[in-house]
Amino acid sequence: MEPILKVENLTKRYAKRNSARTPQEFLALDSVSFAVSAGATLAIVGESGSGKSTLASCIACLEPPTAGNFWFEGRNLAQSAESELRKIRPQIQLIFPDSASALSPRWSILDIAVEPLVLQGKLGRKERNARTFFLLERVGLAADMAERPAAELSGGQRQRLAIARALTLDPKILILDEALSALDCSVQAQIANVLLELQASRGMTFLFITHDLTMAAHLADEIAVMSRGRIVEQGPSTKIVRNPDHDATRQLLAAVPRLPRSPWPAAQP
Amino acid sequence: MMRYLLRRLAHAFFLIIGVSVLTFLFTTLAPGNYFDEMRLNPQIAPETLAALRAQYQLDQPLAIRYASWVNSVLHGEIGFSFAYNSPVAPLLLVRAKNTLLLTLTATVVAWAIALPLGVWSAERLGRLPDRVISWSTAVLLVIPDLALALGLLVLALRTGWFPAGGMASVDFKSLSSLNRIRDLARHMTLPVVALVLSTLPILVRHVRAAVADVLHAPFLLAAEGHGIPPRTLLYRYALPAAANPLVSLFGFSIGALLSGSLLIEVVMSWPGLGPFLLEAILARDIYVVIGGVLFSTIFLAAGNFLADVLLYWVDPRIRTESASR
Amino acid sequence: MASVLEIQNLQVSYFSREVRSRPVLSGVSFDLMPGEILGVLGESGSGKSTLAASVLRLLPPNGQVGGGAVLFEGKNLLQVSSEELRQIRGNRIALIFQEPSLALHPTIRVGEQVRRVLAAHQSSGKNDLDHRTREVFNRLFAQEADRILRSYPHQLSGGQRQRVLIAQAIACNPALVIADEPTAALDPVTQMEILRVFRDLREHLGLAMIFITHNPALLAGIADRILILYAGQVVEWGPAETALRSPKHPYTKALFESIPAGTGETEKSRKTSLPVIPGNSSPSSLPRKGCSFEPRCPVRMDVCREFEPPLVKLGQSHIVSCFKYKE
Repeated sequence: MEPILKVENLTKRYAKRNSARTPQEFLALDSVSFAVSAGATLAIVGESGSGKSTLASCIACLEPPTAGNFWFEGRNLAQSAESELRKIRPQIQLIFPDSASALSPRWSILDIAVEPLVLQGKLGRKERNARTFFLLERVGLAADMAERPAAELSGGQRQRLAIARALTLDPKILILDEALSALDCSVQAQIANVLLELQASRGMTFLFITHDLTMAAHLADEIAVMSRGRIVEQGPSTKIVRNPDHDATRQLLAAVPRLPRSPWPAAQP
Repeated sequence: MMRYLLRRLAHAFFLIIGVSVLTFLFTTLAPGNYFDEMRLNPQIAPETLAALRAQYQLDQPLAIRYASWVNSVLHGEIGFSFAYNSPVAPLLLVRAKNTLLLTLTATVVAWAIALPLGVWSAERLGRLPDRVISWSTAVLLVIPDLALALGLLVLALRTGWFPAGGMASVDFKSLSSLNRIRDLARHMTLPVVALVLSTLPILVRHVRAAVADVLHAPFLLAAEGHGIPPRTLLYRYALPAAANPLVSLFGFSIGALLSGSLLIEVVMSWPGLGPFLLEAILARDIYVVIGGVLFSTIFLAAGNFLADVLLYWVDPRIRTESASR
Repeated sequence: MASVLEIQNLQVSYFSREVRSRPVLSGVSFDLMPGEILGVLGESGSGKSTLAASVLRLLPPNGQVGGGAVLFEGKNLLQVSSEELRQIRGNRIALIFQEPSLALHPTIRVGEQVRRVLAAHQSSGKNDLDHRTREVFNRLFAQEADRILRSYPHQLSGGQRQRVLIAQAIACNPALVIADEPTAALDPVTQMEILRVFRDLREHLGLAMIFITHNPALLAGIADRILILYAGQVVEWGPAETALRSPKHPYTKALFESIPAGTGETEKSRKTSLPVIPGNSSPSSLPRKGCSFEPRCPVRMDVCREFEPPLVKLGQSHIVSCFKYKE
């Protein structure tokens, strides 16, 4: 099947900041290549500073890559003009660790979720609200909450709101950048279920960026492991967590805290 | 470090150039000149006037006048006063010294009061002492500086506690050096009090707001949790964390006090730049006016430069930022 | 053996203008043995951070202790004078706060920040303080201790900042360290390193510790006993191994089940929906009476709606608050 997203040799260089006397360059992404087919989930894992978030913002067209190309539905976005990107952006939505907290706490939940549609200005008021209500329901924010101010939401509910808001524009790709990591375990499970359901019913593609290998193994079809700006290992998720080939993967796996379901963790670090 | 300071210095330099050009432009665009009033005097021949204007280059185009003024600045003259028939610089210097004495004293006194008062108020945010301070600063804020100065003058005249004007008593020359200082202090008290009262409310309010802002920061709670004593907590944790906006305010306050000082000097007949400039403006003695503005600008720029240096010193984050650029 | 810390029936509420006072901790009791690491497990709203703060009376201004006792070294910390309390804070009981990037003063060198904690509790000379500061840094940083000591917080990585927080906490050789989500802001590899530091400290300094977290998996391999909080109440308290491997309370069970299998994931279990606890534990959705977990409980009974469950002693030190169990 033709991949919905294909990335080839994507590279991003930053001028290095702190404590450098001589100007130095920092390679955040070092020729990263991968492909995701429509309706699949690719997890990108790695420790902090491995380039995961840079990758997310490049693919969401928030930052231009220094070199390399990436194709969304066959269109090379690395070479596209800003006017063209503006049309593409709604189809690739990015969710941050606490996206919804950046939104005004005084706005009602409905107002926040419907805003992207209002800005787009294509649908009438009635259609907009109907669609938004439907999505809020889908992510588990009941309709009777829609008029309440966002300030009343808990962390998990805010993240659901962020997902509902991202979905209003009917994106084809959802990039989740540590979108679950800060939440309670029981809330993570609830949102993970919402994501799985969305994927099953709408064939949505997920780019799941995280340092949590446990959740990555559960949600993703494939896992790509990043270290120092490079993808060092990629493969089916069960293979990666069971038979890792690269040291970086093994290191990450060793650091995953585990509940003693089966044997009590004998190997203490 | 050097690069940061050099950049700030360059900033100040361009500011001074810019202001000098603008004042030059505006003062010459203003209608009339020093010799206009002589025209009404039938005893002075029009030819004499023309000669005078030519002598002082008033008939030359603006650019040439500016160039020759810059030349005189470089030679330490800063133009020529028509009224005093002398280069501006020495005239200005004597009076500037008096103004600086007033401004700097007021700056030190105002901050010395504002810092503890603001911290004290912030610590009691919303409680009675804080509300009293908020109210009194608000009242002080709405009283015009002029009314404040006049009120103090009246007080001085009624009670006789302080001299009501001037900088020295008639017998100043005959006093011993210790008594000279005492005499000077007595003369300074009123203008300094007037100046301090005019800026104090703003300073106190800013200190209070800045400290209150950081008072609930996690690192203060953490320090409290480590058993750091309350006084240390306030003055060595909260205040340094709040310093960033206050340092900028410090630079600004020097400028504010300087301009406030010019007014107070006129009211209290302090022999500083204030009365001198006023006189020059009324007489259209333009080079004195320009010189006065130039001096104020230099002083302001110096205040801001000082604030930048202080900022560099109190906030290590600025150091890293400037190193990375 | 006498306990280091004993908390008896602690009640804490927050009050605000709009709502009447809301209990955050209602009747929490437990004790801590010397050298023991107690893992306190709770999700947001469980009152776990309030617990940490109320031990040292560091509650926000709208927080109020309604009753109970915090007994430490023969004193009730809820009643000692504020100067006495100051002498205990950081000296006998030390706190490690959540966000290492926020818990350090941004414009003071980290070495100085540790030194000031020492200076607040010791009247020794300048040289002694410098010496002790260096010693603490050497313990926590294998390399470059000198450079780090002279750094500002923004020049350090998350893991290094967390170590500085630990340095502040252990500088005065306290009897008890309370760590509130000490690794939440770190990535797994750094998190592992910090956990190793904690284990190491316990071994060498013999200090007792309360380790507060929302992630049950973190407690495996570090905690001796585990206390599970739900909506301000202790629902289960027992030895770590038993409590983690075979939890008894319906909430604990459901919570553990909602965590994916990780390396135990198979092709079949992958991308299947996880067992979740329905509803949420926000204050507005808690019941007025009865067991606070009742509305979300998969095995609820009629009695749960009417009465608060008793504390049932299951094993030697395994306690569960649920009507499902009998002694």
